[in-house]
Amino acid sequence: MKLSQLPIGKKGIIKEFTDLEMSVKLMEMGCLPGEEISIQRIAPLGDPIAINVSGYMLSLRKREASTIILQ
Amino acid sequence: MKADLKVALVGNPNTGKSTLFNVLTGLNQKVGNFPGVTVDKKTGFCTLGDGRRAEIIDLPGTYSLYPKSKDESIVFSVLADRSNDLNPDLVVVILDASNLKRNLLLYTQVADLKIPVILALNMMDLADKAGLNINIDLLSQKLGITVVPISARKAEGIEALKQAISFANAFALQEDTIDVAQLAPQLISSIREEIEVDNNYFALQLAHQHEYLQFLSPQQNGRIETLEEEYSFHSQKSQAIETIARYNFINDVLFDVVTRKNHFAGEESYSNKIDQFLTHKIFGFVIFFAILMFIFQAIFSWSAYPMTLIEDTFTWLTITLHQLLPAGPLTNLLLDGVIAGLSGVLVFIPQIAILFAFISILEDTGYMSRVTFMMDRIMRKVGLNGKSVVPLIGGFACAVPSIMSTRTIENWKDRMITIMVTPLITCSARLPVYTLLISLVVPNRNVWWIFNLQGIAMMAMYLFSVISAVIVAWVFKLILKSRERGYFIMELPVYRMPRWKNVGLTMYERSKTFVIQAGKVIIAVSIILWVMASYGPGKRMAQIDQKYSNASFTGKKSATELQHLKATDQLENSYAGILGHAIEPAIRPLGFDWKIGIALITSFAAREVFVGTMATIYSVDGNPDKLDSVLNKMKHARNMETGLPVFTFAVAMSLMMFYAFAMQCASTVAIVYRETKEWKWPAIQFAYMTVLAYGASFITFHLLK
Repeated sequence: MKLSQLPIGKKGIIKEFTDLEMSVKLMEMGCLPGEEISIQRIAPLGDPIAINVSGYMLSLRKREASTIILQ
Repeated sequence: MKADLKVALVGNPNTGKSTLFNVLTGLNQKVGNFPGVTVDKKTGFCTLGDGRRAEIIDLPGTYSLYPKSKDESIVFSVLADRSNDLNPDLVVVILDASNLKRNLLLYTQVADLKIPVILALNMMDLADKAGLNINIDLLSQKLGITVVPISARKAEGIEALKQAISFANAFALQEDTIDVAQLAPQLISSIREEIEVDNNYFALQLAHQHEYLQFLSPQQNGRIETLEEEYSFHSQKSQAIETIARYNFINDVLFDVVTRKNHFAGEESYSNKIDQFLTHKIFGFVIFFAILMFIFQAIFSWSAYPMTLIEDTFTWLTITLHQLLPAGPLTNLLLDGVIAGLSGVLVFIPQIAILFAFISILEDTGYMSRVTFMMDRIMRKVGLNGKSVVPLIGGFACAVPSIMSTRTIENWKDRMITIMVTPLITCSARLPVYTLLISLVVPNRNVWWIFNLQGIAMMAMYLFSVISAVIVAWVFKLILKSRERGYFIMELPVYRMPRWKNVGLTMYERSKTFVIQAGKVIIAVSIILWVMASYGPGKRMAQIDQKYSNASFTGKKSATELQHLKATDQLENSYAGILGHAIEPAIRPLGFDWKIGIALITSFAAREVFVGTMATIYSVDGNPDKLDSVLNKMKHARNMETGLPVFTFAVAMSLMMFYAFAMQCASTVAIVYRETKEWKWPAIQFAYMTVLAYGASFITFHLLK
């Protein structure tokens, strides 16, 4: 399942990434394989989204969230 | 001033790095430029306990040494390049204690460069609130370095940090973090030989970043490129492997350093509760627009009094000095050229200070990133960024501080587009011009009971400016080639109270930077314009003097009337007047005569000068409180040849279109140069705006004629 498909409030575990360049940036920001991740809220206009990962809140666009594959 | 020790501050964004910098250096700081990038170089001095002076360098906040933009590459350049005059003897890495894991990534990278390093652990209170226990001694022992808990906000632990800085070793004693050599063994050893570097991680970073680094010669760059191909080095794969290895190391370190407090209820954080309101589907936007309106109002109304005060002081100074100093060209140059130019620079300070006070508060509290979060979707469509909203709204007051504020936009392309379109927004300097022209041709009566026609016309101009800014932004989005991929991976920091001292320092810093860096250009331009408008070919000016000393001409006219008439003659025969005549063929298709041509030229100092120039041309008092006299003269102005009125509806509308689009503001040109560091950008902006102005005026004139 892609992160972009995770319902709000549900928790997931990061498995892998589909985009290498994006994955480097995401991992630097603490989105690592094995890390617990959840969607906190969606922006009022439907995009971007705010996620909780490694103890803080991160916002990213849905297109970017779709490169994160969950277990 | 010579420093005994150079200390660089490095850390993630939102860790309180700038606050720490302000606490360490106070007002004793200087903002300069890093060559070739648009990041401010902030340095300052701090006296240590042992009496030595340390130079503190505030490096841009970053999550990693791998740059996502040219600006971010500064951090590695400064740390790595021994010949850089900012190359530090010691690095202080500042960490957010509530998120040690992510923050330590940058530390492990810096540590592997083998520069002496100490850790400043900020926001211990937040970590405590989040239910985290941090064993500082154990952390220090595991990493092999000094760790100092501080609170930059409350200025606690600063003395201990200063002491740690003065006790720091000249050698790097930190433990190794990961096995760097193993990431690309042959490549690293080859680069170490070729470029003569003594550190594995430095060599590896050169492989990743060599094309950004200015200290490498083209030959060295070429060699690294060849070596990379030889060993089929893949930069992103290597970065991914390295990052995972670093996080493994960090997990090992933190395993027994950070422990969760027992029975800590995972209650919803206060930040989350605030977010439910501030990023709410409806309230979110209502609150945001209320804040914007408030800022907009504040820039307009709060700045009115200090701006008048500055202008009045300078007018008084000019009058007084004119009486004190001997009359002559030198006095005129000093008073009417230089001092008037200086006044034109200082008058911006209130607006700059107010806008930056608000921006500083919005950034400090964490609200700015929510604005980006909410607005991203709409703004992205036209090539702008969520953060572009604030500069664009600020543009209604003045483009100058707004363009300075685009620094908050990290993405290069988004920032450039914002800078490019901000001057299109109807700024307060256009207001007197529109007021004059609208009251000239639009009847002052109501339609549909409540709507005043003049009011509608004015509102239409405001709306029109927003629409044109959006369209132009969209066009630039298609044209500009981005150097970076359009990421939107952004931390949403927890809400915090603004730090008032930071707000004050930002206001001071921004105003100072503007006066020093843009001021030079503005003063130079206003002196040139003044000379052009006051001097002309010698013979012509002598003839005017003669004319007005001739009793048969001056005979029955009053002194004021004579003064006005003489000023008109002088302006017409000045270089600006001659230029106005010269450009007449070019502007005739827009419906303008040479008199308007003169006003277009003098308006380059500032748009509102249009009104004053019109007054001088029509020999009336240019006092802005008595617009009626200018208005009256302009209404009755007739074309010499045809005898028809000059300011028809078509001409006035065409003129308004010209003012809506033309880049008639030397200050904006100066600030765009200062913010982009290249003359190319203000030149492009000037060109496209002039073309648009000409086109819009031409079409308007011919449609309405």
